[in-house]
Amino acid sequence: MTYTKRLDGRKFDETREIEAKVGVVKNADGSALFRFGDTIAIAAVYGPKALHPQHLRDPERCVLRCNYDMLSFSVAERKKPGPTRRSQEISKVTEWALSPVIDLENYSNTVIDVHITVLQANASTRCAGINAAAMALANAGVSMKELVSSVSIGKIDRKKVVDLSKEEEDYEEGEGATDIPLGFTKSGDICLMQLDGKIRAEELKEVIRTGKKACKEIYEIQKKALEAVGEEI
Amino acid sequence: MKISNLTKDRIREFLAEGKRFDGRKPLDFRKIEIETGVSKFAEGSVRVKIGDTEVVAGVKLDVTEPYPDSEDEGTLITTVELLPLSSPKYEPGPPRIEAIELARIVDRGIRESGLIDFSKLCIEKGEKVYGVFVDIYSINDAGNLIDASCLAAVSALQIARMPKYDAKKEKVKHGEFTSETLPLTKAAPITVTFYKIGNKILVDPTEEEDEASDGRVSIALSKKTGKKEDILINAVQKGKTGTFKEEELFKIIDLAVEKAEELEEAIKIK
Repeated sequence: MTYTKRLDGRKFDETREIEAKVGVVKNADGSALFRFGDTIAIAAVYGPKALHPQHLRDPERCVLRCNYDMLSFSVAERKKPGPTRRSQEISKVTEWALSPVIDLENYSNTVIDVHITVLQANASTRCAGINAAAMALANAGVSMKELVSSVSIGKIDRKKVVDLSKEEEDYEEGEGATDIPLGFTKSGDICLMQLDGKIRAEELKEVIRTGKKACKEIYEIQKKALEAVGEEI
Repeated sequence: MKISNLTKDRIREFLAEGKRFDGRKPLDFRKIEIETGVSKFAEGSVRVKIGDTEVVAGVKLDVTEPYPDSEDEGTLITTVELLPLSSPKYEPGPPRIEAIELARIVDRGIRESGLIDFSKLCIEKGEKVYGVFVDIYSINDAGNLIDASCLAAVSALQIARMPKYDAKKEKVKHGEFTSETLPLTKAAPITVTFYKIGNKILVDPTEEEDEASDGRVSIALSKKTGKKEDILINAVQKGKTGTFKEEELFKIIDLAVEKAEELEEAIKIK
């Protein structure tokens, strides 16, 4: 075992400092900011509103569209502006993570647009984006069953860590780093799960348990931020 | 393909009794066939059939610049095109999210398993390396394109030959091959995707079952040493809007290990 102490001194099950704030974009129907240490994401929700062109409408339910992207200067080496294959995939998994908690069937023929922008990136940007988006949806008054909370669990060498940083993501000693972004609904169902790296089956189960626990803490922070602006959870 | 609510309900009724329309059990795969040599101009190419589903994959190599963070390693680019000829649901044009997601799932399995020894694909550090292009095309989409595409990509890499290299022009002699294979390890990833319909789990869906499913989880596994206890999970992707309970995922993880073992024999290239 080479990874006995975290690079930034955190406990293995400790997230970075979290900041959650509701109402950061005035024009939006709902908006929020979510920060994991140096990773900052904002989300704005527009809708439910009429969907154009009309042929895209679903007469049975609302269409949810998520759009995740990073500022060109959110990372050390400038990211070319505009969508990439990576950002398109993240937009899609974000949509899949949020869909199950929204009462889409209440808003037939409409669309809800969720725009997520990463202002500053130090790993776990999709998780920060999802956390911000869930709060923004609640802030917009969209009818929802519950909130969604997301966190990235890392396997660094053989150690499981909560909310891994870029520095940890790049760890190469021992078994290296494996990044596992997870999302849970308040009731504990898994709505986001991705992984790339190397991990044993039993370790992956432990990762899921760890993620569930961390998301409970994140949920409380989201809830508190929403209650601070008078939203009912 | 949109299927009717009636068909969806019927699929659920069948699954409640552990049955499927085509007579398979929920965890049965259809027959898998692998043929090599789709194009003699590719470094390696294969046709993979899983039941009526058919995909082709080809490998091409070219000289390219390395990435700045890995100056002495070759590169990998994986693309998927869902051809309009393979199903009425696909249309011509730039790749849509379905194709992008699929390519990224295949790419992650190959990359993270360590199947390709990229350090052996360096020609001149920081200047020139081999770029490996794996391109996958759907020919007939009858469900389970994810597993079929992953299998096709890995098989094509396994049979691919290194191209001849013109050291003077510093270029690949396109269409001329050596007898040398690509620098591969034993860690060939196998991808198994589990679909959830209602509260039932199944593998290798038909197009109808795919459409009827609420959620899916793809798991890519490999074993460097060939021993069962050394099996590692290299990539996971949860797809679609359905959610999974913790116990369901734990069961899926165990099943993935079992299925990967089982499939190993079926996907050997003859």
